[in-house]
Amino acid sequence: MSVMEQDSAGAPARASLLNDPKVRGIFYQVVLIAVLIFVGYNIVLNTAANLERQNIASGWGFLENTAGFGIIQSLVPYSETSSYGQALFVGFLNTLLVAIVGIFFATIIGFVVGIARLSNNWVISRLAYCYVELVRNVPLLLQIFFWYFAVLRAVPGKREKWSFFFDSFHLNIAGLRGPKPIWEDGSYLIAVALLIAIVASFVISRWAHKRQDATGQQFPVFWTALGLIIGLPLITYFVTGMPMHLEHPVFVDTGPRIRQGFELNVGFNLIPEFLALTAALAIYTAAFIAEIVRAGIQAVSHGQTEASHALGLRQGPTLRLVIIPQAMRVIIPPLTSQYLNLTKNSSLAVAIAFPDLVSVGGTVLNQTGQAIEIIGIWMAIYLTLSLVTSAFMNWYNQRMALVER
Amino acid sequence: MAKTEIFQIRTEEAPLLPAPVSTTGVIGWMRQNLFSSIGNTILTIIGILIAYWMIAPFIQFAFIDAVWTGEDRTACLPQDGGHSGACWAYVDAYLPQFIYGRYPTDQVWRVDIVYALFALLLVPLAIPSAPYKKLNAILFLGVFPFVAFVLLTGGNISISAWTWGFVALIAAIGIAMAAFQMTVGGRDFSGATPALIGFVGSAAVLAVILGFVSINFGLSTVETPVWGGLLVTLVIAVTGIVASLPLGIALALGRRSAMPIVRLVSVIFIEFWRGVPLITVLFMSSVMLPLFLPEGVTFDKLLRVLIGVTLFSAAYMAEVVRGGLQAIPKGQYEGAMALGLRFWPMMYLIILPQALKLVIPGIVNTFIGLFKDTTLVLIVGMFDLLGQIQSSFTDPTWSTPSQGHTGYLFAAIVFFVFCFGMSRYSIFMEKKLHTGHKR
Repeated sequence: MSVMEQDSAGAPARASLLNDPKVRGIFYQVVLIAVLIFVGYNIVLNTAANLERQNIASGWGFLENTAGFGIIQSLVPYSETSSYGQALFVGFLNTLLVAIVGIFFATIIGFVVGIARLSNNWVISRLAYCYVELVRNVPLLLQIFFWYFAVLRAVPGKREKWSFFFDSFHLNIAGLRGPKPIWEDGSYLIAVALLIAIVASFVISRWAHKRQDATGQQFPVFWTALGLIIGLPLITYFVTGMPMHLEHPVFVDTGPRIRQGFELNVGFNLIPEFLALTAALAIYTAAFIAEIVRAGIQAVSHGQTEASHALGLRQGPTLRLVIIPQAMRVIIPPLTSQYLNLTKNSSLAVAIAFPDLVSVGGTVLNQTGQAIEIIGIWMAIYLTLSLVTSAFMNWYNQRMALVER
Repeated sequence: MAKTEIFQIRTEEAPLLPAPVSTTGVIGWMRQNLFSSIGNTILTIIGILIAYWMIAPFIQFAFIDAVWTGEDRTACLPQDGGHSGACWAYVDAYLPQFIYGRYPTDQVWRVDIVYALFALLLVPLAIPSAPYKKLNAILFLGVFPFVAFVLLTGGNISISAWTWGFVALIAAIGIAMAAFQMTVGGRDFSGATPALIGFVGSAAVLAVILGFVSINFGLSTVETPVWGGLLVTLVIAVTGIVASLPLGIALALGRRSAMPIVRLVSVIFIEFWRGVPLITVLFMSSVMLPLFLPEGVTFDKLLRVLIGVTLFSAAYMAEVVRGGLQAIPKGQYEGAMALGLRFWPMMYLIILPQALKLVIPGIVNTFIGLFKDTTLVLIVGMFDLLGQIQSSFTDPTWSTPSQGHTGYLFAAIVFFVFCFGMSRYSIFMEKKLHTGHKR
C-alpha cells in the first residue's frame, strides 16, 4: 500500500514514460536501426577486406571484357569474342524466351485441365485430378531431369529423325527442327498491316461498346477483329508479291555416315535443353493454374447461373457474360503470381546447362570471381520483373474490385 | 338408378417398385457419369484411351519388365534386343546411399536413431487425439533438434569465450533491467520478474544448449560433406520448416506493426526474398556469404544453405500468416485490449491461435514447396536425395539404359509420398479445426 502511494506521489512521470507505448516504440526502432547499421557496416567492411585479399577488383568494368565462351542458343548475334555484358544480355533474352513460351503453354494446359477437373464426366475429371496431384507433388527439378535425361535422350540419334506434322517438324537428339520464315524486301509491309489490324480491332471494340451502351445493339466484335487480324496481313502478303518464304531444314541421309543428319543453320532449331526446360515448366505450372481456374469457377455461386438462365440467357452467353468475367476476377491475381513463379523457376535451367540468365551468370562468376556484381544483377533483374508484375496486379485488382456502396 | 362407381379408392399402398435398372447401381452410375450424351461418350472413350496409354507402359516398365534382383548391370541389360524394364536391383544396391549418403557405415546407427526419434515424436504430435501434446511439442521442437544435432555431427563443439560472454551479456541485461525497474521505475520484485525471467531465462536455456552440444559423448565427428541422400533432404526441410515458421510470424507481425521503421524493414525483407529465385539465394549463401564474414570465420556449407533456405521460406510464410492476421475481425483485437491484455499476450492468446488456424492450408503448402525445393541444393554441389541418385548414374557397375528412368522414378515416388501425405494431412486438419465458423 505504501509502495503504491509513493508510486503515485513520487515518480509517476518516469514510470509512465517507461510504459508509454510511444516511447517504447521509438526505443525499439532506434535499437533496430542501430543493429541494422552495425551489421551492414560490418558486412561492407568484411567484404572489402575479403575482396582485397582475393585480389578481386569490385566494379562493373569486367562487363566490357571478352567473355571467351560460346553460348549454344542466342537470339541476338553472339560469339566468343563478345563481352561479358553481351553474354549476360543473351542469357536474359533466353530467360524471357523460356518464360514467354512456358507461360503460353502453361496457360493453355492449365485452363484445359482446370475445366476438365470440373467436368461431369467421371473419367475426365479423375484424369485431371491425377494429373494435378502427380505433377504438383514431384519437385520441378526432378521433372526437368526427367524430360531432359530420360525423355529427350530416348529420341533418335543425330543421323536419324522423327518427323511429324506433314513432315515439316523433325525431332532428334540435336533438338526440334522446323521451317524458318525468311523475310525478303517489302515484308515489313506485312508487319505494318498486322499493326493496323490490331489498332483497328481495338478501335472497333471501343466503338461497339459505346454503341451497345447507347442503343443496346450488339456488334460481332470478335469475328470482325479475327477477320481483320488474319485477313489484312494475308492480303498484304499476296498484294506485295509474297515477299516471304519458308526455309525447310535439309536432312542428308546419303553419302558418308559422318556427313549424315541435318545441315547446320538451315531452318530453325530448338535445342533439347530448351525443349526439356519449357516442357517441364509448362507442365508443372499448368497443374497449379488448373487448381486456380477450378477454384475461380467454383467461386462463382450457382445462383449466378440460375439468375442468368432466369433472364433468358442460354448456356453460351451465360458462360461468356456472367460466369467467366466473375471467375476471372478471382483467377487473375493468383495467375499472375504463377506466371512470376514460372519466370523465377526458369532459373533451374542452370541444372541442365541451358544458357539462361543464371546459367550464363554462373559461368561469368566462375571466370571472373565477381560474385557480388553477378548476384546483384540476378537479383536486380528478377526483383524488377516481380515488382512490375505486382504493380500490374495491384492495378488490375483496383480496376476489377467490386464497387460497393 | 343405382350410382355406378366411377372412382376407386386404393386402401393399401401400392407395392414399391425398384427404380429402373438403368438408373441404379453400376449401370445407372455409368449412364449418368460416363455416357449421358454423345459428346460425353466420346470424352469417356478418349479419357480411357489416354489413361491406357499412360498406365500400360508404366506398369510394363515398373512391374512386368522390371528386374528385382541382381548383382550388377548384367542382370538389368535388355534381353535379346527388347526393351528393358525398371532395374530395381540397382535401387536396392544403392538404397543405403540414397538414405544416408556417404555417412560412415559403422556410424549409421546414429542416423537411424535420429530417424526413429523423429518418427516417434512426430506421429503422436500429428494425431489430434494423442495425449501429452504440450510435452510432446516441447520434446519435438525444443529437445529433439539438439539431440539430433549431437547424434549427427558427433557434438563436442568447442564454444569460444566470446559466445559464453554473449550469453552472460544477455543475463546481465536482464538483471540490469530488473534492477532499473525496481529502483528507478518503482516496481516491486514481482513487477520486475518478467524482465528477469525473459532475459536470464533465455540466457540459461542458451547456456544449457551450448553446454549440451559441447559435451564430448565419445561420438566420432562426422563432417557434413559426407552427409547425403534422404538425410540431407530431411535435415534441410525440417530445419527450414521449424525455423521459418516463427521467423515468418515475426515478419508478418512486423509488417502489420504500427512502428513505421519496423514495418518498412519487414516489407523490404519480405518483398526482396519473394522476388528472387531460390537458386540465386543458394548461390548467394554459398558464394557471397563467406565474403560477408570476417577473415578466418567459416561456416559449414550445409549451415549456409540452411540459412538461405530458412530466410527464403520465412518470407513466404510471413505472407501466408499475414493473410490470416488480416482475416481476424478488428473486434477481436479490441476485445483483447479491453480485457487489459498487452501486445504479446493478446497475440499469443487471442489473435495468433485464430489466425494460424485459418491459414493451415497455406502453411502446409509452403512446407510442401520447401520440401520440393530442397532438391535445388544439388546445384550448389550438395547431395540431397535427387543429387545422390544423379551422382549414382556415373557408377559403371550399374550403368544400363534403364538406370536413369529407374532412379528418377524412385525419387519421384519418394517425393510424391511425402508431399501427397502432407497435403492430405492438411486437408484432414483443416476439417478437424474447422470449428465455430460453420453454420
